[in-house]
Amino acid sequence: MIEPGLYHILFISAALFFIGIYGFLTRRNLITMLMSIELILNSVNLNFIAFNKYVWPDKMDGLFFTLFIIAIAAAEAAVAIAIIINLYRSHQSIDVENAEDLKY
Amino acid sequence: MPNATTIALIPLLPLAGFLLLGLFGRKYLKSSSGLIGTALLLTSTILALYTAYEYFFVYGKVNGAYQQFIPLQLTWLEFSKGVSIDMGLLLDPISVMMLVVVSFISLMVHIYSLGYMKGEERFATYYSFLGLFTFSMLGLVLASNIFQIYIFWELVGVSSFLLIGYYYDKPSAVAASKKAFIVTRFADLGFLIGILILSFSSGTLDFTTLIQRLTSPESNEVKTAVVSTFLGASALTWGAALVFIGGAGKSAMFPLHIWLPDAMEGPTPVSALIHAATMVVAGVYLVARLFPVFALTTPAVLEIIGWVGAISAIIAAVIACTQTDIKRILAYSTMSQIGYMMFALGVSKYGGEAGLGYTASMFHLFTHAMFKALLFLGAGAVIHYIHSNDMRDMGGLRKYLPVTHITFLIACLAIAGVPPFAGFFSKEEILLAAYQNNMAIYWIALITSGLTAFYMFRLYFNIFWSKPHEVHGEKHGEGGFVMMLPLVLLAVGAAAAGFIPFGEFVSSDGKALVSHFHLEFSIAPVGLGLAGIFAALWLYKKQNDKPQKLAAALGGLYNAAYHKFYIDEIYFFITKKVLFNLIGRPAAWFDRNIVDGMVNLTGNTTQAVSEGIKKIQSGKVQQYAIYFLAGVIVLATLFIYVLR
Repeated sequence: MIEPGLYHILFISAALFFIGIYGFLTRRNLITMLMSIELILNSVNLNFIAFNKYVWPDKMDGLFFTLFIIAIAAAEAAVAIAIIINLYRSHQSIDVENAEDLKY
Repeated sequence: MPNATTIALIPLLPLAGFLLLGLFGRKYLKSSSGLIGTALLLTSTILALYTAYEYFFVYGKVNGAYQQFIPLQLTWLEFSKGVSIDMGLLLDPISVMMLVVVSFISLMVHIYSLGYMKGEERFATYYSFLGLFTFSMLGLVLASNIFQIYIFWELVGVSSFLLIGYYYDKPSAVAASKKAFIVTRFADLGFLIGILILSFSSGTLDFTTLIQRLTSPESNEVKTAVVSTFLGASALTWGAALVFIGGAGKSAMFPLHIWLPDAMEGPTPVSALIHAATMVVAGVYLVARLFPVFALTTPAVLEIIGWVGAISAIIAAVIACTQTDIKRILAYSTMSQIGYMMFALGVSKYGGEAGLGYTASMFHLFTHAMFKALLFLGAGAVIHYIHSNDMRDMGGLRKYLPVTHITFLIACLAIAGVPPFAGFFSKEEILLAAYQNNMAIYWIALITSGLTAFYMFRLYFNIFWSKPHEVHGEKHGEGGFVMMLPLVLLAVGAAAAGFIPFGEFVSSDGKALVSHFHLEFSIAPVGLGLAGIFAALWLYKKQNDKPQKLAAALGGLYNAAYHKFYIDEIYFFITKKVLFNLIGRPAAWFDRNIVDGMVNLTGNTTQAVSEGIKKIQSGKVQQYAIYFLAGVIVLATLFIYVLR
């Protein structure tokens, strides 16, 4: 069994990031878009952990950053879902294309 | 010594009246506004008379000559050391004389208007305007600084504009007020440039210093100013000529006289005050004020002044013989008489016996103010009675308006130069001055004096004799005590003012000038005057067809004079055809296409750009995300590959 190196993990992280981007740009459902954002955030977390483990194994900075990002992501999700609920109340839909009139 | 407070109060009281009646008159003082204005002016007049008495008989004369006093001088705006606009009071024989004339005539008009303007909707406004005018005119005559005179000069222009346009619902009055303002304003442009040139060459705006520096040929100022020339004339000559243009505009001298006859659209007492006795002589006053400069430094300009005055005098007299609107006849007569004052200054020299023209001019100004104001107020009484300005609607009024008739006759005799009325003395002096200095002008003046007698008596006979008057049930008579009192007082002035030994008080250098009376010299003008009167008597005493026959016989000349020598038409041609087409239209084109075009270009560009970038803000969240992503990629590329 091969010990996974830094590059393996970075590959997964990059893949996760671009899947997230793809999802964010193509989905019309706001919940799905929110989930895509979570994927992007998690790819970033993965990067922090990987660099911490392989480049500076004797330090904890990356770990803590990750913990903070998870906390903030939770808050952000709460806010985003609140927005979505309000949008649904006014538009009877959570399709992003129906929310174009918000630009006014 | 003069008391500054007393003298300052003379112009300030009418100003107070203007502010009081202008601010509160319409609402709170509607019926009493006339009395308030009149009371303030009465105080002013008493103070003016007191000042005149003190000046002429108590402190004015030092070492046998009347001196200049400046009891008050406040710096209002200082440009640099020595060059400042001051607000001051200047007392010398002519300013004191004008003080009396302006306040007295203004008082007469105030009293007269109590009757004449009774029941007008804007009674209080009328009196506040009269106050403004009186304040400005008194400030003008007292000015100690050439810029101060300019400020008050414009103020009298404004008040004249307001009062001509008093009946603002009448289109002709509105047009006349605009015409008066624009023509005089145009002339004032020359005045302003003249002030700038004179003050630049003398380095001061103060009258006393300016005259001192510009009249001594050895002074540095004169030497420098004479060297700098333009079109063959020195800077000083140009400056003096431009100042005179301002004076000519205000005094309705040919060819800037076109506004004066139209100005008769204003209420008649206003015409008496502004367009006969006071404001229109401001030009004469200005020339007299700067007389040493004109006479000693720029005699060429004085020559021009003489000719402009003489030409105006005769042209106006000829036109006056053919008009039928009584106020217009009086307006042309005013212009003719001011022409007399102008050329009297023009033929005068500075100092001693040769300065007779100066004294005569001021004397004529004084007597003219009396009898011309009387003529206008008399005409006002007639118009008040008949409700028409046209001579052809009048006739046979001597029984219906006895007081007006007698006073009007006195004024006519005075202006015609019949002894012993006031006009005789002043006109004799003017003619004598012209005779001694310029024969051509003397002949013009002599013919004019005959014409004057003719047209004034043409007016008199047409109003009071001619055909019998048909009564159309006029409700009122002559207009009560307030309208009769000024007529009588002015008639006394017109009859007796000539006996004042004027040369004692007013002369070009302040020393007493004894006027010599030559009986043989008086024969020609008095004879011509009487001839004019008898010609008018023969033609107009009874209604007949002789005037028509005479007019037909004169043909072209009569027509030209009837149409005022087509001067208005020439102005219209120049302004409408030449100026509008050659300057106005190209300027309008430039404005519409180039100036507006630039503004529109800015607007259109902004709009086009914003239309273009509007599409970026689509409201599609995912589109924004793509832009954002593209931006991140670009920045990442930059940071990784370029800015490393």
